[in-house]
Amino acid sequence: MLQLDSLTVRFGPHVALNDVTLDVAEHEIVSVLGPSGSGKSTLLRVVAGLQPSAGRVLLDGADVSAVPPHRRGVGLMFQDHALFPQRDVAGNVAFGPRMHGQRDTAGRVEELLALVGLAGAGARAVTTLSGGEQQRVALARALAPEPRVLMLDEPLGQLDRTLRERLVVELRQLFTRLGTTVLAVTHDQGEAFALSDRVVVMDAGRIAQVGTAQEVWSQPASAFVARFLGFENVVAAVVRGDVADTPWGPIRVPAGTPQGQCDLLVRPNGVLVKDRGKLGATVAARTFRGDHVALLLTPERGPQLEASCRLQDAPEPGAAVRLVFDAAEVVPLPG
Amino acid sequence: MTARRSAAARAGLLALPLAFLAVFFAYPVASIVGLGLRGAAWDVVTDPDVLSVLWFTIWQAAASTALTLVVALPGAYVFARLDFPGKSLLRAAVTVPFVLPTVVVGAAFLALIGQGGVLGVQLDRTVWAILAAHVFFNYAVVVRTVGGLWAHLDPRQEEAAQVLGANRWRAWLSVTLPALAPAVGAAALMVFLFTFTSFGVIQILGGPRYATLEVEIYRQTAQLLDLPVAAVLSLLQFAVVCVLLAFHGWTLRRRESALTLVSAVSAARKPRGLGQWTFLVVNLVVMAVLLLGPLAVLVERSFATADGYGLEFYRALGRNDTGSTLFVAPWEAVGNSLLFGAAATVIALVVGGLAAAAMTRRAGSLVRSVDAVLMLPLGTSAVTVGFGFLIALDGPPLDLRQSVLLVPLAQALVAVPFVVRTILPVLRAVDERLREAAAVLGASPLRAWHEVDLPIVWRALLVAAGFAFAVSLGEFGATVFIARPDAPTLPIAIFRFLARPGDLNYGQAMALSTILMVLCAGSLLVLERLKLGRSGEF
Repeated sequence: MLQLDSLTVRFGPHVALNDVTLDVAEHEIVSVLGPSGSGKSTLLRVVAGLQPSAGRVLLDGADVSAVPPHRRGVGLMFQDHALFPQRDVAGNVAFGPRMHGQRDTAGRVEELLALVGLAGAGARAVTTLSGGEQQRVALARALAPEPRVLMLDEPLGQLDRTLRERLVVELRQLFTRLGTTVLAVTHDQGEAFALSDRVVVMDAGRIAQVGTAQEVWSQPASAFVARFLGFENVVAAVVRGDVADTPWGPIRVPAGTPQGQCDLLVRPNGVLVKDRGKLGATVAARTFRGDHVALLLTPERGPQLEASCRLQDAPEPGAAVRLVFDAAEVVPLPG
Repeated sequence: MTARRSAAARAGLLALPLAFLAVFFAYPVASIVGLGLRGAAWDVVTDPDVLSVLWFTIWQAAASTALTLVVALPGAYVFARLDFPGKSLLRAAVTVPFVLPTVVVGAAFLALIGQGGVLGVQLDRTVWAILAAHVFFNYAVVVRTVGGLWAHLDPRQEEAAQVLGANRWRAWLSVTLPALAPAVGAAALMVFLFTFTSFGVIQILGGPRYATLEVEIYRQTAQLLDLPVAAVLSLLQFAVVCVLLAFHGWTLRRRESALTLVSAVSAARKPRGLGQWTFLVVNLVVMAVLLLGPLAVLVERSFATADGYGLEFYRALGRNDTGSTLFVAPWEAVGNSLLFGAAATVIALVVGGLAAAAMTRRAGSLVRSVDAVLMLPLGTSAVTVGFGFLIALDGPPLDLRQSVLLVPLAQALVAVPFVVRTILPVLRAVDERLREAAAVLGASPLRAWHEVDLPIVWRALLVAAGFAFAVSLGEFGATVFIARPDAPTLPIAIFRFLARPGDLNYGQAMALSTILMVLCAGSLLVLERLKLGRSGEF
């Protein structure tokens, strides 16, 4: 459906996109995940035709690299929405159909507003809308010309947490029902995981990993991806047999781990606080997280460790503890 | 849109404005250069008479600038920080002088302090009349430029300084003044530029004793018929103006430093305490006496006939006496002015609008230099433009002597910078993403401009049209060189009446000045109702 072939964009010495190749299937929802400055938004602008690039963009097999944005037939929902301030809600939604020569847009507008949960709001000024309502109008406006691919740039970025969590589920249901092909970018992994079939993690203009949410979470492709997902227990290690030599001492690794040097991730719930163990540590900080407690530990040797444990088992800050590593939560990182 | 295509589109938009400037500005200026270099340029420049003209031009401009700042800075504070009834009306009223034609201002000050003037002291033909008229003219420049920024400065910064232990005066000195300094500098530079190239005011109020470079250029051309000397003087003035404009551009760029700006409404307060009330009242009195006084006297004089108040002078405007000053009935000058003004407005809007559209995107030194070139006619002085037209467009390859478009073209050249300055900030304020959103939704670049930019800028276009019209109506320095004797504009008719003795001529000058003032002030006040946010920083 949408194929990106070796896209490269340079801004002077800075490489915003570096040889990005990606396929998005029909009806698929793909999220591009990465820190700010990783080239996510540039990728969307290239697909929309707003940003010139080396490489090719193919839609339904046809090269559209030279087609100007207004003839590409892709939709883009802008970060902060970019609603037309001098038009009312209906005027914003009707814009796309009007540009495509449709005269009577009232029915279509009402249908779309109902779809996004804003039935009857057509006459309201966009400046009077709340953030969530603006987001819905922007979505209706982007859907109105029935684009072949819908792109979302930080779709829920400005909204508060509860609203974001509710809307992301609504979006997923809506896109699944309509069969829309979606390419979204976000810096929020929760949003990406909840919204999409597949996740693309970007690092400094390059694709670092592509996979389902579960694949990316359970098997990060590199130390960068692991750290970006929020894991801090990442160290360099040397694997011999089924034991890795790390700054924290020897740690058992899953069977079949390639031998030699690699980066090693120990998930927080793989760091077990026990009465006995080879590694001693003191509790540097303790953070209540609702369903569990996050511990920051200073071990006898090696960098600080994050651990999570149940509330009733949590030691006090300053306590001396012993640590055991659970091999099932140890992940060798190939990158 | 690819980068190459958008660059090509921009070049296409710029083609007409650049061609316009090349033919009607660069070519005449080049002709002046050619003429000037042919003569004994060095002898002219070192002539003691010329040096004394140059010295007078500089010191009267410096004195006018200093005086204007002293009088107008408190006014800027009043408009920026104090809230009082009738403020917006007053703000519009003090802007009126800026768009008034120089001949009207000259006539008004003659009525006030000329021979038999209302105040009973005769100060015309003294430098005091010139300075007073210059302050009258440029008061609005300072109030708008400095007050515009001042109103948007966050007053909490000054409050923060006070909380940290600075007294009010110290807080103002250490926090507000540094933030305002670039705006004060820019305003001072503009006032200096305007008064350095002052023409009409000095022609009317200065008498034979005082002449700026502008006036001297005109005298050399029109009275002494010494074109080479006039050309050298034009070049001298052009050089000074270029230096001043370059300096202005530099301060403008420095002004783009990050300031904490707030909405003007939140910064203005009702006056508190006797001190602030006194300050407000004193300033209001100054504005009334300085700005409204001369205009009121002008109107009064236009009705004051030998047998009490009446319409005698206005009635005389309809007669075409044999041996008349104008060869035609004076009323026809009104028609000429309106026609020329309308044509000039259309030309200025097309040229300035295209240029502004091309310069919308900030990037690029090319855009900056085009911006600077477009500003040149504003600073270069109308007399240079008129003189250039006179010698360059008067014969092959381009003979426009008989063309009815000659006067509108010159007036448009003077009005284009105002159009660009009014439209460009609004266009630049349009969020680029709105255009991109329109493109992604299927709008071609032209359609996107029509759907996104136009609804936002049409008011700016109207305001620009009004400014261009007012500037064209009042244009004197260029028009006086090229208007045909039998097709005078209003300012020229006024000037001719003032140059002749007799109560009837004087009265008709006052009557025509009143009409011109009403036309100019009317178009400005209509515009002010459109409320364009922060506009009018020239």
